[in-house]
Formats: sequence, C-alpha cells, structure tokens
Amino acid sequence: MASRILKSLFATVKISKTGTQLYSQDVRTVTLIPGDGIGPEISAAVQKIFSSAKVPVEWEAVDVTPVKAPDGRMVIPQKAIDSVNKNKIGLKGPLATPVGKGHQSLNLALRKTFNLYANVRPCRSIEGYKTPYDDVDLVTIRENTEGEYSGIEHVIVDGVVQSIKLITEVASRRVAEFAFRYAVANNRKSVTAVHKANIMRMSDGLFLQCCREAAEKFPEVQFDEMYLDTVCLHMVQDPKKYDVLVMPNLYGDILSDLCAGLIGGLGVTPSGNIGENGAAIFESVHGTAPDIAGQDKANPTALLLSACMMLKHMGLGTYGSKIEKAAFEAIKNKETRTADLGGKATCSQFTDAVCRYVD
Amino acid sequence: MRIKQIYPTYRQTRCLHYSQSSLALSSAKEHSPLVGTKPVNTVTLIPGDGVGAELMGSVQMIFKQIGVPVQWEELFVSETSSSRSASLDDVLKSIRKNQVCLKGVISSGHGVSGVSGELETLNMKMRRALDLFAYVVHAKSIPGLLTRHNDLDFVVVREQLEGEYSALEHESVPGVVESLKIITRGRSERIAKFAFDYAIKHGRKKVTAVHKANIMKLGDGQFLQSCEEISELYPSIALETMIIDNCCMQLVSNPWQFDVMVMPNLYGNIVDNIAAGLVGGAGVVPGENYSEDYVIYEPGARHSFHEGVGRNIANPTAILLAASKMLAHLNLHHFSSALSSAVYEVFKSGKVRMRDMGGQATSIDFTKAILQAIRL
Repeated sequence: MASRILKSLFATVKISKTGTQLYSQDVRTVTLIPGDGIGPEISAAVQKIFSSAKVPVEWEAVDVTPVKAPDGRMVIPQKAIDSVNKNKIGLKGPLATPVGKGHQSLNLALRKTFNLYANVRPCRSIEGYKTPYDDVDLVTIRENTEGEYSGIEHVIVDGVVQSIKLITEVASRRVAEFAFRYAVANNRKSVTAVHKANIMRMSDGLFLQCCREAAEKFPEVQFDEMYLDTVCLHMVQDPKKYDVLVMPNLYGDILSDLCAGLIGGLGVTPSGNIGENGAAIFESVHGTAPDIAGQDKANPTALLLSACMMLKHMGLGTYGSKIEKAAFEAIKNKETRTADLGGKATCSQFTDAVCRYVD
Repeated sequence: MRIKQIYPTYRQTRCLHYSQSSLALSSAKEHSPLVGTKPVNTVTLIPGDGVGAELMGSVQMIFKQIGVPVQWEELFVSETSSSRSASLDDVLKSIRKNQVCLKGVISSGHGVSGVSGELETLNMKMRRALDLFAYVVHAKSIPGLLTRHNDLDFVVVREQLEGEYSALEHESVPGVVESLKIITRGRSERIAKFAFDYAIKHGRKKVTAVHKANIMKLGDGQFLQSCEEISELYPSIALETMIIDNCCMQLVSNPWQFDVMVMPNLYGNIVDNIAAGLVGGAGVVPGENYSEDYVIYEPGARHSFHEGVGRNIANPTAILLAASKMLAHLNLHHFSSALSSAVYEVFKSGKVRMRDMGGQATSIDFTKAILQAIRL
C-alpha cells in the first residue's frame, strides 16, 4: 500500500536527488520542538547557524508538554500535532520522560501520531574527534513501530512472564523498501539485513523474506544478510565493512547505539524518524542533561547534524553539506570544540565558530 | 551471609562451579574408571560443522603429543547434515555418562523450512535436555595480540535456556507473526546466583546486570528483580545495572569498567560477540556451558567459519584455551597451565602469526608452535 501511495506521489511531483519532493526555493516552515534541559540552548544554536548560512527555513516552535484532554488523558497539545501535520518536517530536541502514571511516553506518542516507521542513523567518524575507530561510515535503519517494543507482556503464572515480539509483513516490507530507496538516493553500495532467523525462525524469517523481496526490486544495490551476532563481532573489529544496515526494532536499537559508541557517543550522533507521506522528524538522541542546562556548556553537534540530515531530506542538501563541513571544521580545532569532546569552548563559542566557517 | 566455600576432593572438583550455585549442594558422582594405575578421563568430543574437525585435530594432536590422560569418545553431530549425524539420544547418553564434553560449533540453518522444519534448533534441544543454563565467556586480552582496547579481562555470564530463544512462534493471522520471549523467576535467580558465585570464586568485585527493563517492564523487570534479590546474599560483591544499548556503547568506548556481566539470552549473544571482537575475534575466545552436572567447552563466539573450511586458516586458540579450561576442570592443572602458557607465549613472541595477527601462518603451523612452547 505504501508503494502505491509513493507511486502516485512520484507521478505528480518532481523528485530531487534525495528522493523527496522538490519544492520551490520559497521559504519552508519547519516545526521546532526545543525540548527540555539543554534543549532550548542547542535549538537556539541551530537557529543561529541556520540564519548565518541563510537557509530558506522558517521555524515554528511548539511545546509538546502533555496537557489534559477533555477525557482526562494526558496528550500532546493539538497545536503541536497540527503544526507537524501541516509542515510535515520537524526538528526535535531532547525530551524529558516524565516519571509516573498517566503520561504516555512522548517519543512513543509522536511515533504513533505521525506513523514514523523508520529510524535512520548515519554514523560517520568525525574528523576532529578521535575514537579508537576512525573509518566508520555506515547507516543503521531500524524498524520503529513493532518488533520487541510492542509492549505486550503478560504474567502467565506467578514468576513466569511472557513478552510478545510482533513482526508483520506490512511493516517489514515498508522498512525494507525504504532502506533500498535510501541507499539509492544517497549513493550507498549495499544493504545488509541483520536478523536472527536461525533462532527466531518464523518472525525474523518473515522479516528476511521481505528484505529479499525488496532487494529484487533494486538490483543496482547489493544485498547481504547477516546474523546479528556476526555483525556485532565484526563491527567492533572492522566497521568499514558495513554500509547500510536494516533490521527490526530491538536489534536496531542496540546496533544503532553500538555504532554511535564507535564514533563518539550520543552527543555527536544525528537521527531521523521517517514517516509515511513525506513526514519526518529529526532529533538528537542524547538526554536532557539537566545538570549542565543553562550553563552554556552544551554541545549542539547532535542536533545540528540532525538538522543537516533534515535539509538533505527536504532537498536543500547543498546547505546541509555546507553546515556539516563547517561543524566538522569547528570540532577539528581544539579551541572551538566543546568540553564534552575534550575542548575548551562554550556552546556559544562553538556556535559562533560554526557561523564563521559557514561564511 | 557468605556462601560456604567447598574444598573438594578430586571427584568433587567437577561439581565445584555448579554445586555452589545450586541452592542445594549436590554430591559428587562416580565416573572415571581406573585403567592400570592412572585414571583416564573419557571426554565426549563433537567436532561440529565448518572448521570444527580441523580445530579438533589440533587439540587431539597436542594432547597425544604431551600425553594427556584423556580418552575421546567422538560423535559426529550436525543439524545441517542430519542424515549422517548421531541421534540426539546418543549424544545425550554420551555426555551424561562422561559429564564433560569438548565441542565445535553446530550450525543451525535458518528459516522454518531451513533444515528440520522445527522451530527449536539442535543446539537448543541439547542445552535444554542437559539443563545447561549458564554460558560463560571469559574475554581476556592476549598480550601480543594488539587490538583497539588492550588489557581487558571481564566475564560474560549468559542465561541460555529461555528468553528469546524459547522457540515459541506462531502466525496468528497471515502476515503477522508473534514470537514469545519467556522470562521466569526461577531461571533468573539461578543465573544471577551463578554469576555471583562465579564472582566470589574468581575474586571478582562487581556484577553488572544487563537488561531492557525500561521497555520490557515485566519481562526484563523480573530478571532485574531477581538479580537485585540475589545480590543481597553477597554483600561483598557490588551490583550494577545497565541498559543493553548503553552497555554496548560503553563496551566500545570504555570496556575496562566491566568485571562480571550477567544477562538474559539474546543480550548475552550480542555481548559475547562484542566481547570476542574486542579482544581479538572469534578465533581466540573460549566458552563454557554449565549445568548442575555437566560442562561443555566450546569456542566462545560460536561461529562455524564455513569460509575457512579446508583452507587451514582457522585459529585454534579458542578451542585450545577451551581445552585448557577443561583440563583444569578435570583436575589436570599441570597440563592445563602448560597449555595456556604455551598459547600465550606464542602470541607474545610474535614469531608465528596467523592471519588475524597480520601474519601468514597456517593453523597447523600455529598448532606446532604451541606444541613446541609447552613446558611440562
């Protein structure tokens, strides 16, 4: 069904290099969710850099703090939902998960509301920031709606718990086809399906089958399948073997964090959630860091790189690459690197440096 | 309340690990027959698939040359070539009799139609029948084998009977498959207790419980609760909990913080392989399967390395270190330490190096080098 919708979109709309709809060079509006903790500072940093680079993007900031609905549930404010529905593209800072009953997990709510089915995390070694792994250049694409995170658990008898992992053909096919389209649009050579079909024969078997079928539609992209444990084993020894990886929810969660660890952690990793009908929300995946909030110490790199991903998705890739390059230049220089990467700069100093490099 | 240390007689050595961990102390069993004046231990040998046969050749050659009093009872077992394989019953009978086994890797085909048409693999069946609930991988850096992270020494304890490997799957509606992950209090407590007992026995200070209880609140929540309850019995060992994705990140950025780690099945599979990768690859890490009565030694990362068959390139280190641990278990400490010292010496001297160390030596060259380095 997703392919039918896409076909109809392709028929009427011009497609850019990144496989998304090309809009005219008018100013686009993007929903901005600053988030909590260091969220507002890093969002402000990104906005400043964008205006220095003269990116044709206008920001519409919304607040997603849950409000009480008429029926008593805590839900995301309608204003926020309308904004994202209208703009289709969003940039999100870190959100604090409220502890206690009655609150939906906000991330989960956003995912359900906008049907964000694929989580994309490109992991590339950052030139200025040395880790033991300096040749990483891969993308993890994770199915975002089902799998082990279906949340269906029961206590069968006292002391025996059953958690259900759900794999459906529809969702698997959707994410597999997305992975191949992404590979084609971004000049990637191969897609590897990561699974454990030797153990979970039916569920991962189904996922694998969908990946194989999608591979046949994209003969120009090489397709591989590999067991999760083999991928983990080789990932820590030789990460440059891997290009695009596609996998179900749990493995994706673990592997994407593993890859983030290879390049330097969640503070420098961009992430995008792709939904149907062109909707997408890009986010930084680190925490809210309440201990350094408001002290100008935060590192906006993750949010900035996610924003660059967003620009590429919107067809404004030239701006995206320009800002990315500027950011890497700033990180290379120890004077302008933030403290968490071993440098001496404050958040604003880093931001100013990036603005300078962008010009 | 400290668990009482047992100082065993020769026969009771075999029960040391698991009799401490079983909540009731089990008694030793009669096994090794006396041949002449020297007791000979019979050990079940399963070469497995892929490069298994070649690797076992290395072990058998070394044992014969140095005169280790071990007699092999060899069984060909394979899921992918099931017509030629010994039956599961024969395998179980042999292991139950000998109580110790050295095994290669048995591959499981994938997909339901893959091999047997069943959901449970041969490995799973064997482990369940013998109640091999704990899988231990000791990730220890080898001096001379340079990796990105050196001087590592931590242990991964994995519950291997339940969790995601329950083989309970069904297609409720066409195109919708449900797979059940089972976590029980009994098994969670047992593996937690094993991990803490292991920590005490080997002088370790900290146990890290790895979980995903923020998402799987009931399932992994139960596992975590069991770990916390058991840790109260061991006040001298610290308990730390960590979510699996953070754990993977920490393993690649700061692996030195880990000591003993305990976790359910799937996370164990992932962390075992990351750990093996960190210290040098699947060719250098040994693994041990424990039940209350039996022990099976095998290569830690469980990859059959099909690509290496017949090319004489498989690294025998993993199986030799596993064999060395087996010798210690059989109370043949002199042979055990001679073998492991020889392996470490060959790596340290760097004169004979295999592919994974940047050299050109074949498996046979490497085995011979280890043999020559043995000092009895």
